[in-house]
Amino acid sequence: MEKNAQMKRPPAKKGVVRRILKTVFRFYPVRMPIVIICIIFSAAVSSIPSVFMQKIIGVIETSWSSGDWSSAAEQILSTVAILAGLYVLSLISAVIFNQIMATITQGTLMKLREKMFNGMQKLPIKYFDTHNHGDIMSTYTNDIDALRQVISQSLPQLLSVGIVVTTVLGIMLYFSLWLTLIVLAGTAVMILLTKKIGGGSAKYFMKQQKAIGKEEGYIEEIMNGQKVVKVFCHEEECKEQFDSLNNRLFEDSRRANSYSNILGPVLGNMGNVLYVIIALAGGLFLLTGAENVSISGLAFSISVTVPFLNMTKMFAGNIGQVSFEINSVVMGLAGAGRVFELMDQTPETDEGYVTLVNAREENGVITECSERTGMWAWKHPHSEDGSVTYTRLTGDVRLFDVDFGYNENKTVLHNVTLYAEPGQKVAFVGATGAGKTTITNLINRFYDIADGKIRYDGININKIKKADLRRSLGIVLQDTNLFTGTVMDNIRYGKLDASDDECIKAAKLAGADDFITRLPEGYNTMLSGNGSNLSQGQRQLLAIARAAVADPPVMILDEATSSIDTRTEAIVQRGMDALMKGRTVFVIAHRLSTVKNSDVIMVLEQGRIIERGSHDKLIEEKGQYYSLYTGAFELE
Amino acid sequence: MIKKLLGSVREYKGVSIKTPIFVSLEVVMECLIPFVIARLINEIQAGCEFSVIAGYGGVLVLMAAVSLTFGTLAGRTCATASCGFAKNLRHDIFYRIQDFSFENIDRFSTSSLVTRLTTDVTNVQMAFMMIIRMAIRCPFMLIFSFIMAFVMGGKMAWIFVILLPVMGFGLFLIIKNAMPIFKRVFKKYDKLNESIQENVKGMRVVKSFVREEYEQKKFAGAAGDVCRDFTKAEKILAFNGPLMQFCLYSVMIFVLSFGSYVVISSTGADLQVGQLSALLTYSFQILNSLMMVSMIFVMITMSAESARRIVEVLDEESSLSSPENPIHEVKDGSVDFDGVSFRYSSKSEKPALSDIDLHISSGETIGIIGGTGSSKSSLIQLISRLYDASEGTVKVGGIDVRNYDLESLRNQVAVVLQKNVLFSGTVKENLRWGNKEATDEEMKEACKIACADEFVSAFPEGYDTYIEQGGANVSGGQKQRLCIARALLKKPKILILDDSTSAVDTRTDAIIRSGFKKFMPNTTKIIIAQRTSSVQDADRIIVMDGGKINAVGTHDELLRKNEIYREVYTSQNKAGSEVDE
Repeated sequence: MEKNAQMKRPPAKKGVVRRILKTVFRFYPVRMPIVIICIIFSAAVSSIPSVFMQKIIGVIETSWSSGDWSSAAEQILSTVAILAGLYVLSLISAVIFNQIMATITQGTLMKLREKMFNGMQKLPIKYFDTHNHGDIMSTYTNDIDALRQVISQSLPQLLSVGIVVTTVLGIMLYFSLWLTLIVLAGTAVMILLTKKIGGGSAKYFMKQQKAIGKEEGYIEEIMNGQKVVKVFCHEEECKEQFDSLNNRLFEDSRRANSYSNILGPVLGNMGNVLYVIIALAGGLFLLTGAENVSISGLAFSISVTVPFLNMTKMFAGNIGQVSFEINSVVMGLAGAGRVFELMDQTPETDEGYVTLVNAREENGVITECSERTGMWAWKHPHSEDGSVTYTRLTGDVRLFDVDFGYNENKTVLHNVTLYAEPGQKVAFVGATGAGKTTITNLINRFYDIADGKIRYDGININKIKKADLRRSLGIVLQDTNLFTGTVMDNIRYGKLDASDDECIKAAKLAGADDFITRLPEGYNTMLSGNGSNLSQGQRQLLAIARAAVADPPVMILDEATSSIDTRTEAIVQRGMDALMKGRTVFVIAHRLSTVKNSDVIMVLEQGRIIERGSHDKLIEEKGQYYSLYTGAFELE
Repeated sequence: MIKKLLGSVREYKGVSIKTPIFVSLEVVMECLIPFVIARLINEIQAGCEFSVIAGYGGVLVLMAAVSLTFGTLAGRTCATASCGFAKNLRHDIFYRIQDFSFENIDRFSTSSLVTRLTTDVTNVQMAFMMIIRMAIRCPFMLIFSFIMAFVMGGKMAWIFVILLPVMGFGLFLIIKNAMPIFKRVFKKYDKLNESIQENVKGMRVVKSFVREEYEQKKFAGAAGDVCRDFTKAEKILAFNGPLMQFCLYSVMIFVLSFGSYVVISSTGADLQVGQLSALLTYSFQILNSLMMVSMIFVMITMSAESARRIVEVLDEESSLSSPENPIHEVKDGSVDFDGVSFRYSSKSEKPALSDIDLHISSGETIGIIGGTGSSKSSLIQLISRLYDASEGTVKVGGIDVRNYDLESLRNQVAVVLQKNVLFSGTVKENLRWGNKEATDEEMKEACKIACADEFVSAFPEGYDTYIEQGGANVSGGQKQRLCIARALLKKPKILILDDSTSAVDTRTDAIIRSGFKKFMPNTTKIIIAQRTSSVQDADRIIVMDGGKINAVGTHDELLRKNEIYREVYTSQNKAGSEVDE
């Protein structure tokens, strides 16, 4: 599923490599240059033995027939000693860069993850409503993993290969131009072959990813509905359909893997053939006494040919390396592109300057104070004259002629006007899509209105800092999201410094205490996987407790009790009533018994309020509400 | 465990065996090529004729061709074998899951089953590929190169006898220290990703409670922890490269110094220049194979957990199956519970159902009411034998459900589950789950009864409208109505609705029920509901409480006699009495 989504998303943009490098350098401005120097040194050293070999073989050539070791010893041993010295240095630098690289890779990934996560926290809700959650997750997992491959393996490898290839090329030219040209010609053929086979591999690789996506999607769907499959005895059909997808995947992945498996032997043996060609050419030159063209001015001799042969192997091997890295580089860059894309999302803007502060009232004057008094006030600085006024937080919410649409060309709310006075219970009733939840989305500014005004305690909500606005609103949603942790932790989420007693009190208020104490470990029971060990109703009770502990002046209950059966609801009703007392409450419920005792009920239809009033008044009016309410009795 | 997994190789046994054979032949060539090259170099050094070089060249090209052929063959058979194995493995797991009973399904979470079918299979496939390709190749290469080194270098090759243990011991230390950290950190990493997922899903909650910074702090802590462990493990692994280099460099120094000494002092009798470079090639092959062996070892260990999880599914025996000589015909829609008790697992303390005695005659309409956790769903799931009763017998049509062929029974007892799903596909395709051969008219008819025809016909593409996965593009109430229609197409003798109209408004709910009465009078209808309005016109209403039948009676009887029912009723109709009808 995720892989499929990955395929669908746009490919990597240009400049990604530069940005990766820039990012890494910014994170590690000192260590990165050290690493690079070490890699260069290490790579260079690993490519020079042929020079030494050439020297030693040269010495052997001149003195082997004599069998006199002592005369050659000094020269040979001193050469070896230099090489050994270089080796030691190269080993040290290899250890250093490998160790630093481990830190850099993981550190960079962590910082990127954090940046992504922190950035994500600041994104508007719209982003989450319009992006597939699986795709977002895939950025954190697949894309970061692919990036890891690039930073820790591919980039150092490519740098190293680049250095080796250049040095080897230099040394080759030092030995012989003609032989070098042959090697280069061979390399060109190798690159061509890689492109051809690699292209085939890439083609089937893509197909394979697509097939995987399809199959995983199917698996997920069927596993989710497995019980329905059983009830409808649909097992055989599912097996059949699965088999066809499975066979498709097999065919594609077999081809993709065949190609990539073949690449190794092909390149390896191309290297061998190249080796033979160089041997033949070298031999031919040697025999014919052809004139050598080289930087060193060395003539063709065994001491040129033998090291050259070794270099040919090295050169071919390194070219092969590049071709093996290509797949992971492409995947990594695509992943990095998506990582950056997520990081680059525009965060939620907040121009609010009115803040929520603790306050104290003395002689009718509200003053700000630092300790918790249980009384809150809006601190409203006025830019014109630099004065500050305090308005008591009461929970008075008013909407004036509000229009709104999730996208510009479709308005979902029209001319919504409503007043919710402190302590009032306002209910929204209407069909799915009538705009009930949308209204609450506007009050807490998950979305901003297109036209009209929303006032909170007389203040335009656009002037209120979002964090403070939301802190003054308690929201319980139909889809309860709990977090991994104990029951207590989850309740405390509403108020981080709440004591255990406060949490338990809130749970009692919400009617959740009863079932919590019956859990194996009571309040310390661990919840995981969004509280999958609880029933939906129990989760909702917990969510209500969580909102209760926050003790906000305004509460929004969006189908908050929809999964609690009416009898339990009736039992918790007293607690709920106590919870709602003294607060402004917006209730969205589909069950009319939940909203019946509201001060005012708004009946919504297609984004308009078509009826409003108390239950009794609406029943009297015999309008839409009446027919909804009495629908059940009609057949009697 | 391994035997069980290998059972899935089946038709790919041939290629699985061929692969290591081809690989071995490829390795033989790879090891012989340096040997021939050494000879060639010696010849060149001795100043041979060009024809000799050409001859050697010919042999070498031939050998490269052979090596290429076998390499290509091995690559292909290996791809076929490993992909085939994975295919069969997925096939086996999927088939096994299809045969699961509800009890089996309950034991595994959906996401864990998905992981087993995807990630775990991929891990095992990788390990399998490694084994048939590398696990033969590397040791073989190791031994062969070793032999060749001795053949070529004589006593020079003793350097490997010293270096191999050094390298081996080094690798051992690295793996031994890194593996436990990796195992630990992968678990932490999974947890970290889970918490990200929780956050993405619960962003509304995070934002409502203004917990962005809190979450950031929490995340930074967890991410830092993961990063520290990963770094620790990678730092240990990072010694792999230098270790390999150290060994290679040692060989190089040794060969160049001691080798030159042997060549010169023996005037080429014991060793020639050609051998020197061959020795270097072999040393690379030997050390590289050793490193690969250690990597394979790590991979196999890492995939062991995946293998275990797969075998867990393969070993899971379905707890329900059709009996021998099953009965295929369900006589009528009567249902009898005789002294039935039921617990979800033998370990659970409290039975979900106890002492159930209930007799429903064919064609009756039964309502079931009860609080959350009163085991309403458990009760009805016994009827179509989704679970087996722990004690007592459940009969349908007068015969114990355990005597029926499962498919026949479930086709006659249609259940609309509480947690219901539509599948991606057109409306028609979804409806045909109920009856493969259903005609357009039949589908329309079923949808009319389920009050679904109205909105389906209003879709621009009507019955050919594509339903997204999980029914994402229809509302909750529409989904429920389609699910009912799908069940109706079975033309069952017993129809069970498990809270299937909760998202449907009361009026439509009533129309659906009157439709049942009118169009399927002979079908036994069992309706679980939250709303008393959904059951009050039933012939009898069963009140469930704590896994027991609390009361049975008509709406009026229960309203008079039963406290629970009265409570439920008043909770929903408190103000209703004020309405003058």
